[in-house]
Amino acid sequence: MKRIFILVTFVLGVTTVYGQDFFNKSKVTGSFQIDGNYYWEDEGIGITADKINGEKFGAYGFGKMQYQLGNFTAGMRFEAYQNTPMSGFDARIKGMGVANYFATYDNGTIGITVGDIYDQFGNGLIFRTYEEWTLGFDNSLRGIRAVYRPTEGVTLKGLYGKQRYYWASYTEERGYVRGIDGEWDLNQSISAWNNAKLKATLGASFVSKYEKGDNMEIYGMTYKVPENVGAYAGRVNLGYGRFGFSAEYAHKINDPSYFNNWIYRDGEELLASLSYSQKGLGIVLQAKRVDNMSFKSMRTASQNDLDIGFIPPLNYTHTHSLPSMFSYATQPNGEMGIQFQINYTIPKKTALGGKYGTKLAFNYSQVNDIKRDSIMANGEPTINLIGTKGYTSPFFAIGDKMFYRDFNFEIEKKISKDWHLTLMYINLYYDMETIEGHPGAEAVEAHFAFGEVIYKVNKKHSVRLELQHMWDNVSQDQEIDPVYEEYYVKRGNWFAFLLEYTIAPKWFISVADKYNYGNPIAENRDHYITGSFGYIKDQTRIAISGGRQSQGLVCVGGVCREVPASSGVALTITTSF
Amino acid sequence: MKKLLATLLFGMMFFGLSAQNKSDLPNITLKNLDGESVNIAELNNDGNPFVMTFWATWCGPCVKEHNALTEVYDEWVEETGVKIFAVSIDDARSTAKIKPFVDGKGWPFEILLDVNSELKRAMNVSNPPHTFLFDGDGKIVWQHTGYLDGGEEDLYQEILKISK
Repeated sequence: MKRIFILVTFVLGVTTVYGQDFFNKSKVTGSFQIDGNYYWEDEGIGITADKINGEKFGAYGFGKMQYQLGNFTAGMRFEAYQNTPMSGFDARIKGMGVANYFATYDNGTIGITVGDIYDQFGNGLIFRTYEEWTLGFDNSLRGIRAVYRPTEGVTLKGLYGKQRYYWASYTEERGYVRGIDGEWDLNQSISAWNNAKLKATLGASFVSKYEKGDNMEIYGMTYKVPENVGAYAGRVNLGYGRFGFSAEYAHKINDPSYFNNWIYRDGEELLASLSYSQKGLGIVLQAKRVDNMSFKSMRTASQNDLDIGFIPPLNYTHTHSLPSMFSYATQPNGEMGIQFQINYTIPKKTALGGKYGTKLAFNYSQVNDIKRDSIMANGEPTINLIGTKGYTSPFFAIGDKMFYRDFNFEIEKKISKDWHLTLMYINLYYDMETIEGHPGAEAVEAHFAFGEVIYKVNKKHSVRLELQHMWDNVSQDQEIDPVYEEYYVKRGNWFAFLLEYTIAPKWFISVADKYNYGNPIAENRDHYITGSFGYIKDQTRIAISGGRQSQGLVCVGGVCREVPASSGVALTITTSF
Repeated sequence: MKKLLATLLFGMMFFGLSAQNKSDLPNITLKNLDGESVNIAELNNDGNPFVMTFWATWCGPCVKEHNALTEVYDEWVEETGVKIFAVSIDDARSTAKIKPFVDGKGWPFEILLDVNSELKRAMNVSNPPHTFLFDGDGKIVWQHTGYLDGGEEDLYQEILKISK
C-alpha cells in the first residue's frame, strides 16, 4: 500500500511541476468489471450450504487504472473476491486490495518495468506470467524487468522477482525467479536478408529459481534438495513461402517437488509445429513431449499456482457447452501429444461452395502418457519412488495409456442472405482418472452432435438456435458402485439447447438448458437452465443472468468469457474508459 | 529499495514527458504472421482510419464478426480506405495455428499476435471480441465490446463519419 502512495505522490508532484504541458500529454485509461451474485444452494454443481455459509450475496470485481505519459506508463489493478462460494476457485483468493501495480518506461530501445510483470519467453515453456482474472489465476512476477533492443530484430530481456501467491505477502517464504531471454530475427537485423524468402527467428532463454533451504523433510525423512534450479530453452521459427516450421526445446535440472513426488530426475519438453497455408487452405501438424516439467517457485505448491513455466495444451478448445465439460488439462509430469488441423474454404460460385462459399474444419488431437522404465533403487526395480531419480524414459516411445483424443469436423455455411448454418461432429476420449485426478473413474468415450441456425429477421434483428447432444458410453441402466458415485455427476447422455434473440449492436436475450437425462444415477438427471438478458453500448456491457451455471467457457450475448460454477442470479457489468 | 524505486519512477516520468504522445496506441511490440516485430505505436493507414479487433480462435462471436467483415471488406476499403488489424489473443497453444486458421477462413486482415495479452491489457479489453476504430492520427474514436449479428453495419457508419 505504501508504494502506491509513493507512486500517486510522484504523479501528483510531477503534474504540478510540469503543469499545462503535462495535462496535454498525459492520459488516464482503465476498465472495470463487477459480478454481483445472489446464490442459492446447489449441491449438483458444488455450491453447498457449507460453501455459501450464510453469505447469500456475493460480489467480485476488479478496477484497473493506467496512466500514460509518452513513453512512461504506470498502472494498478484493484481486485475484490468477496463472499464467493463458487466452485472452481481456490479459497485462498478470497479478499480484496490492490493486487497489482507497475511502472514502465520504454522508448523502443530500452524498456524498464518495476512492479508486477507479465511476460513470456518464447512459447512460455520455462517462463510465462499471466492472469485469468475471472478464474482467480494470477502468477505475475513482482520485481524488475529490463528490455534492450540494440538493433532492429534483436531483443534481450532480463527479469528478477517473486511471484504472486493469492494474497500472501511478498516477504513470505517462496522462491525468487530470475531469467534472461534473447531473440534474434535474422531477416530484420541483416539487411541483405530483409527480403529473403526464408524467414528465420532464433531465441534462447535461461531461467532459474532460488528457494531457501537445502534440507527438506518429506514423510519423516530428510532429503537434500537443490536451492537453485535452472532451466534453459532454445527455439527456432522458420517460414518459407507457404510453409512454416517452429520448435522449442526446454531442459530443467532436477527439481524434486510435491508435484513430481520428490524425484531427482531432470525435466525436458519439446514442442514442434509444421504448417502449410494458402488463401482458403490451412494445414497444421503439431507435436510435443513433456517429461517431468512442473516448474514452480515453491517446492511444496500443490495446486494450480506459482507456475513459472507454461505447458501449452495441444488440442482443440471446445466452446460448446457439452464438449467443454470435458476439457483437457496438461499433465506436467509427462505426456506426448499430436494435433492435426485443416481449415478449408470451398470457394464461392462453385457447385459445393454455393453463392457464399462453404467453410470446413477438421481437427484431430491425441495425448498419451510417456513411457516410463524402472530404475534400480535399494536393489529393487522402482518407478517414481521418492528420493530416487524416478525412472528412465526413451524420448520417442509413446506410453500405452491414452489421456485424451478428439476428432471433430465442422461445416459452416451461409445458405442465403438470411440463413446461416453450422454443423459439428465431435468424437471424444477423456481419461477422467488422470485429467480430474479421480482414481478408478471410468474414461469418457462420447460422441457429440452440434447444430446452429441463425436467421436474420432483418439487418439488425437475428435469431440463433443451438442444439447439442452427447452420447456417452455410460448408459442410464448401468449399475454404479456407490463408492464411485461422485465420478458420475456429468456422465450419461445429455441434451442442450440455446435460443438467442439479438438486436445489433445493443440488445440480447437468451435462454439455454442442459439436461443430463441419461445419467445412471436418477437424482443427477437434472436441468441446467439459464436465462440472460443484456445491453451493450460501445464498450459497456451489462448483463443479468439467472439459473444454474456449470463452470466453463460461456459465449453468450456476443462475447466469450470463462465463468465459475454458480447458481442464482448474477449481474455483470464490464466497461472501460 | 524504496529509494531506488522512487528514483527510477521519477526518472521514467521525466523521460516520459520529453516524448511526444500523439496517439492512443501504446508502445508495445507484437509479431505479425511473418514473424516480424511490429511496434503498435507506429500502426497507421497513411492517414486513413483503421480498425483494431481483438479476437481468439476459440471465440465464436469473434469468428462470426471476422467472417462478416470479410464479406464487406473489399467494399469498405474501396469506399473509405479503411484497414483492419485483427489482434489474436490466443496463447502459445495456438500460436502456430493462427496462420493456417486465418488463411483457411480466407480472412484478408493484417493479423497481429498478442500471445501474452500484453496489448489486450494495455487497451483495457476485458472479453473478446472487442473492436476499436482509430482515426488517421491513431486516436480512438469509437469502440465496441461483443459482436451481435449485423453489428458490422454500426462500425461502418462510424467509419463513414470520419473518412474523407
